[in-house]
Amino acid sequence: MYAYDEIDRTLIDERVSEFRDQVKRRLSGELTEDEFKMLRLQNGVYLQLHAYMFRVAIPYGTLSSKQLRRLAHVARRYDRGYGHFTTRQNIQFNWIKLADLPDALADLAEVGIHSMQTSGNNTRNVTSDQWAGVAPGEVEDPRIWSEILRQYTTLHPEFSFLPRKFKFAITASEHDRAAIKIHDIGLRLHKNEQGETGFEVLVGGGLGRTPLIAKTIRPFVHGRDLLSYVEAIMRVYNQYGRRDNIYKARIKILVHELGIEKFAEEVEEEWQHIRNSDLKLEAATIEDIRSRFTYPTYAKLPHMPDELRKAAHDPLFERWRKNSVSPHKVQGYSIVTISLKPVGGPPGDATAEQMDALADLADKYSFGEIRVGHEQNLALPHVAKHDLPALWKALDKIGLATPNVNLVSDIIACPGLDYCSLANARSIPIAQELTRRFANHDTADLIGRLHINISGCINACGHHHVGHIGILGVEKNGEEFYQITIGGRADEKAELGTLIGPSVPYNEVADVIEDVVEAYLALRATPDELFIDTVKRLGVEPFRERVYATR
Amino acid sequence: MTSPLEQKIRITGPSVVTANRTWDGTVVYRTATKGWSTDLADAAVVRAVPEARALLAEAVADDLGAVGAYIAPVEIGESGKIAPGNLRERIRASGVTIDLLPVPA
Repeated sequence: MYAYDEIDRTLIDERVSEFRDQVKRRLSGELTEDEFKMLRLQNGVYLQLHAYMFRVAIPYGTLSSKQLRRLAHVARRYDRGYGHFTTRQNIQFNWIKLADLPDALADLAEVGIHSMQTSGNNTRNVTSDQWAGVAPGEVEDPRIWSEILRQYTTLHPEFSFLPRKFKFAITASEHDRAAIKIHDIGLRLHKNEQGETGFEVLVGGGLGRTPLIAKTIRPFVHGRDLLSYVEAIMRVYNQYGRRDNIYKARIKILVHELGIEKFAEEVEEEWQHIRNSDLKLEAATIEDIRSRFTYPTYAKLPHMPDELRKAAHDPLFERWRKNSVSPHKVQGYSIVTISLKPVGGPPGDATAEQMDALADLADKYSFGEIRVGHEQNLALPHVAKHDLPALWKALDKIGLATPNVNLVSDIIACPGLDYCSLANARSIPIAQELTRRFANHDTADLIGRLHINISGCINACGHHHVGHIGILGVEKNGEEFYQITIGGRADEKAELGTLIGPSVPYNEVADVIEDVVEAYLALRATPDELFIDTVKRLGVEPFRERVYATR
Repeated sequence: MTSPLEQKIRITGPSVVTANRTWDGTVVYRTATKGWSTDLADAAVVRAVPEARALLAEAVADDLGAVGAYIAPVEIGESGKIAPGNLRERIRASGVTIDLLPVPA
């Protein structure tokens, strides 16, 4: 966990008072909506179909049990008893009243949570690997660098009015769980031949109406130069990024139009001016931030405790363990992913009761710490293996032991037309129907790893372009239709999916996805060949034939 | 962002003006008595561009009452009952099409 210092606490408290005054002036008529809109957006407050929506940041996906309880409190007291975890390590409340927002913000500030960097044309919440600090083989904890970037970008005057929003993601593991290649700047932490920490810097990734995979602009930037180098990138973007057309304003368009080589030259030139400025990170500064992260004192535990050996005879436990439990860097401990994708449930939603209960379980079994992943699931990062059977039973009691992590029903979905004012079509009911179709765990196990991503519009909050199966809702003559892509992925081998054919109406989507999955089962070379690998080997044509032969 | 009043107004049938109430965001409809109602049945129905423009202008001017005003299509039943004219407006009028709370596994 990271402990905020006095500067952070003051900043958050001052932001609450400032927003309280702004809301008061808005409700008295002193501020018009035109004047107020940017102010509310700077505090994560959107206006959606039914109500205001309040987006709260969970920087690099790390939460304490105390913070999770406070999110539950906000859900219960100011909203309708639940929250929605998003694809960028935020949580959203869908029904909040403007008049209640200052109080909600104040309640969150007491535990060091805020909504800065969750909206607007500035740097957004810096995201990272939800297994940061505990993943085996990790170079070092990427959250230290995420926090450096968070401090550097928060309220940065030069970058508060960028041409468009700007997103960072950082990973320090070989397997990319932070989807860095679909971010404006992606950072892969690694060490050079001298053993020094630095970053491969990628730039210009993003989804939306112009999906592009980020390109490497520099294979190694020393850690001490991180801020000056990203500042150089952002300066070039701020200077040349288009402001005349919202759809052409992201850095990916600039990189694409200039070409990565030309863009890199511009950045290099800018960097030489500022490389040796105050932006150079002193070792003491990095150490100071590192020292504010606290880590559990792990016990010396056996690799295979008796409790786990006994529980292995229970097939239900084993099914959950196989899909939810991952290796930890410390012997005797595990990382437990908690699926927020129950059969028939809205992906990513958790009730206040579940959040409270999970906070208690985090205290009992995970040193009071919870993680939030971009797949819209949660994780307990430090669970002793001997506690796994007891934890599983406790999770099951609160509806959080669905054994489907990374399987076909572990669906990523945006709120879609049920909530979102930008959406053209619904996402959640499609996800719900698919989880019912694939509810049989034996079938899901047979299918293996398969990621379905659903977006209700081209803005792609459900990351449909990089789903193994992507589903995009569109509107045709007032009806909901869905385009299906296959072959996308968001990890270190990130690729965009390929459209398999004409869009299909709402009530045919689940049938089509079943056809795609059945085609895969028939086409895969071996039972171990994953869906994504079969698509890579064969292309989309066999799937297209299967889906459209009878349509 | 272009003001709703500067945007080209196209209506193909009976329409109403809808927005979200400022203090809590609730869906509201502009009434014929220059107020707002949460009930679509109370909405003023317009059928031609000039009257739609006038109703929208009046709604936009009441910035303290509601925000984000726009013209939305409706259908008028045989009994004169007003119903939302598309899925988006049906969802706004009747709420989400899913259970609000997650289903326990």
